[in-house]
Amino acid sequence: MTWETVIGLEVHVQPTTRSKMFCGCANSFGDPPNTNVCPVCLGLPGALPVPNAEAVRLGVVGALALGCTVHPTSIFARKNYFYPDLPKGYQVSQYDRPLATGGAVRCESPERGPIEVSITRLHLEEDAGKSLHDRYPRRTAVDLNRCGTPLCEIVSGPDLRSPAEARAYLVALRQLLVYAGVSDCSMEKGTLRVDANLSVRRPGQSGLGTKTEVKNLNSFAFVEKALEAEYHRQVGLLESGGRVEQVTLLFNAGTGELRVARVKEESHDYRYFPDPDLPPLVLAPAWVEAERAGLPELPTARRARYADRFGLPGYDVGVLTAEPETGAYFEAVVAAGADPKAAANWVMGEALGSLRETGGFPVPAPRLAELIGLVTGGAVSHQAGRKVYAELAAHPDHPPGVVAERLGLLQVGDESALAGWVEAVLAAHPGEVARFRAGEAKLLGFFTGQVMKASQGKADPKKVQPLLRSRLGP
Amino acid sequence: MSRALEAARATARRLEAAAPLNAVLHWSAAELEAEARRADAQAPAGALYGVPIAVKDNIVTTEAPTTCASRILEGFVSPFEATATRRLRAAGALIAAKTNLDEFAMGSSTEHSAFGRVHHPLDPALVPGGSSGGSAALVAAGVVPAALGSETGGSVRQPAAFCGVVGVKPGYGRVSRAGLVAFGSSLDCISAFGRTVADAAAVLAAMSGHDPDDATTIPEPPLAPPVARADLRGLVIGLPREYLPGDLDAGVRAGVDRAVEAMRGLGATIREVSLPHARYAVPTYYVIAPAEAASNLARYDGARYGVRRLGPAGDLASLYRTTRGEGFGLEVRRRILVGTYVLSAGYYDAYYRKAQQVRALIADDFRRVFAAGTDLLFTPTTPTTAFRAGANTADPVAMYLADVFVCAASLAGIPAMSLPIGRAEGLPVGGQLIAPERGESLMLAAAGALEAALDGTAEVR
Ligand SMILES: [Zn+2]
Repeated sequence: MTWETVIGLEVHVQPTTRSKMFCGCANSFGDPPNTNVCPVCLGLPGALPVPNAEAVRLGVVGALALGCTVHPTSIFARKNYFYPDLPKGYQVSQYDRPLATGGAVRCESPERGPIEVSITRLHLEEDAGKSLHDRYPRRTAVDLNRCGTPLCEIVSGPDLRSPAEARAYLVALRQLLVYAGVSDCSMEKGTLRVDANLSVRRPGQSGLGTKTEVKNLNSFAFVEKALEAEYHRQVGLLESGGRVEQVTLLFNAGTGELRVARVKEESHDYRYFPDPDLPPLVLAPAWVEAERAGLPELPTARRARYADRFGLPGYDVGVLTAEPETGAYFEAVVAAGADPKAAANWVMGEALGSLRETGGFPVPAPRLAELIGLVTGGAVSHQAGRKVYAELAAHPDHPPGVVAERLGLLQVGDESALAGWVEAVLAAHPGEVARFRAGEAKLLGFFTGQVMKASQGKADPKKVQPLLRSRLGP
Repeated sequence: MSRALEAARATARRLEAAAPLNAVLHWSAAELEAEARRADAQAPAGALYGVPIAVKDNIVTTEAPTTCASRILEGFVSPFEATATRRLRAAGALIAAKTNLDEFAMGSSTEHSAFGRVHHPLDPALVPGGSSGGSAALVAAGVVPAALGSETGGSVRQPAAFCGVVGVKPGYGRVSRAGLVAFGSSLDCISAFGRTVADAAAVLAAMSGHDPDDATTIPEPPLAPPVARADLRGLVIGLPREYLPGDLDAGVRAGVDRAVEAMRGLGATIREVSLPHARYAVPTYYVIAPAEAASNLARYDGARYGVRRLGPAGDLASLYRTTRGEGFGLEVRRRILVGTYVLSAGYYDAYYRKAQQVRALIADDFRRVFAAGTDLLFTPTTPTTAFRAGANTADPVAMYLADVFVCAASLAGIPAMSLPIGRAEGLPVGGQLIAPERGESLMLAAAGALEAALDGTAEVR
């Protein structure tokens, strides 16, 4: 008996703004508790919210990047509930009149190939503070730095059919929003958070099964793991004659287990109503169109361009477009004169290595282009080139040619110097010479290696081999 | 001694003498003198230099506590100042006192204060009206020439009528709500009391104008003080028949008749008009205002500021229940319950959405009448003169009906004011002028002309 999985995701993304959604406090991460606060985000008596124009703009940019329809009028609503990290007793969100609806994200399903995941809506809201349950014994502390920071909530349709698909969708969604400049979308910093809804049904069945919601998912890998676990939990219940209850579950990344946090009967009546402190959000269609026209190149377009213009293989295109900065760096290297395929290899190898270690690209693109020129021109071997790269990473202002020379890594193509190393190697290995002459042709590689060793890598291997052949010839 | 300091000291003496009214929740002679010194240090002196102004205690000021007459905010001092009082100070005014009110401005008699009721200056057994009863009583008693109140559904016009002073509610958004402790945010307006129309108008002008801290303010510069009119020639004054029912209090009726005659004498054309949805104003108001209040008052939970009562169980739910149960008075709790109910799943459409639809019809009534050539409307402010304390406390609906003539303009968000039009059996009768959107200046000018032509303290029968 088989089951079909139906998954929909709610993703919260924090747009990169200087200030919070409705006040002037800094929108920053990691500051001492309760330092980025003011009367507005503390919900003090008499304080009023004023919408942050940049947060609205980034919400619109995100909506456009996801292909949504941006509505000329949307409405901020109050979601009422009591919690200590919610100072006003309500969260300002958007409810029945969201900023945008009806978009789509294309991604590659591991099981089904290319799929299109519908975006039901994108709306703006403010975040709550943080309750810290582990700071004082038997007490809860509240940090309101995050309170009032802007969020875009992005709700997908129930279009995903496996946990792996959910992960692929998240990767594609994140890439779109990072490219569009909406957010850095870091799960580690909490600027991207995921809640997942999952139900199962019999293949061919049109209605949906009872869904559950899984929260506390701290990485894309955990989203996939948690959904796998929830799939098995639901199927286990159904196959043993039980039924699925509509619950909210928390995923424990340490144990891989799911714990029921809330059953449906405990769910809140949020008493949404339009926030009378905030007039309807009215966006001029011409302004929205200007934002659309100003959208940066998005991943699909960039991938097509890399394949067409640079003739790169699919794997290279994928790696180079995964993050917009990687592609930008790669293009700068090509623009500085490097061969595109060689540039792709260097960026995917050395440069991404640097990015992982240091978080940046330490070698300026023109310097890397020069280095690539030295390698492709034969002045430096590929091996030596990597040493030059490491030196450039420490001294980005040094020209690669000078570095190679200083390190003694310039290849020697000069006949007489090469001849000296070749003669010495042949003299030192008379047995191998005899075997080669007796027909053991594969020993040519051995002699080449010995010459490279003797020259400390400086000999140009392309010139060494003809020389060896002529000396070893009959 | 500077004029400001003189005014501060004289005001302090009058405040002391007025203590039996229980109209004040906080004042001090030292703070008043500090206000005077600050006003003296300002250059230029400003339009309100040295004018002592009392402020309803639901408007936050940094020098004094702001309690909203509630136990739950006892001792709370705001770290920021309301835009309105900041502008008054910039104009040279002295913030003289924080005045008593119905708790969180919920009431029509200033009996629902956690710190005791306010007495009517003419008869301590009577109520001064509410919820801005403390401010109205202080102006009526001659303690200050002007005061700030707040209106959600008539809380300045109604006590102005009861106390025999001028009370002006501007259009919604004309004065910033920043620093006004929210009750019904879509209705709340900081409003002005004055002994004369000119005094109230000057205070209103000084605090009006767009405020970047309140997204709902009208994006216009401050109001200019109105140009005085000698007559009402060329103006059409509408008398809505729904506001003059057959069973209207005889004294109020006589006051209105006399005022209408005076306006006719000033050259106004008097025309009967109809506002058919006016009778739904009170029920509509008592759905929308409590709904917004229930949400606005959720923040008083004992977790961050104000009173905190942990409760017997010692857990979070107990903290909320005990803090809010003990901190809020009966009327506030009643309105939070009503407001929570009308927004609840399954009831929202029947109550809150319906009320918003009726609110739109009420606003349309006004728009239609003004579009048809009526410049201003004139009505009684209240159905009766000031009532006795305790007369309506057992029957909340009877109390709510004291606002039957003032709620509609609040729901429509348009300017309205009350001015004294005479006395019935010694008690003040108020007449209400209602203006179209952005019609404050015309309304105040007409009120000034009527005020000059009418002895507002004369017995009308
Ligand atoms: Zn803030």
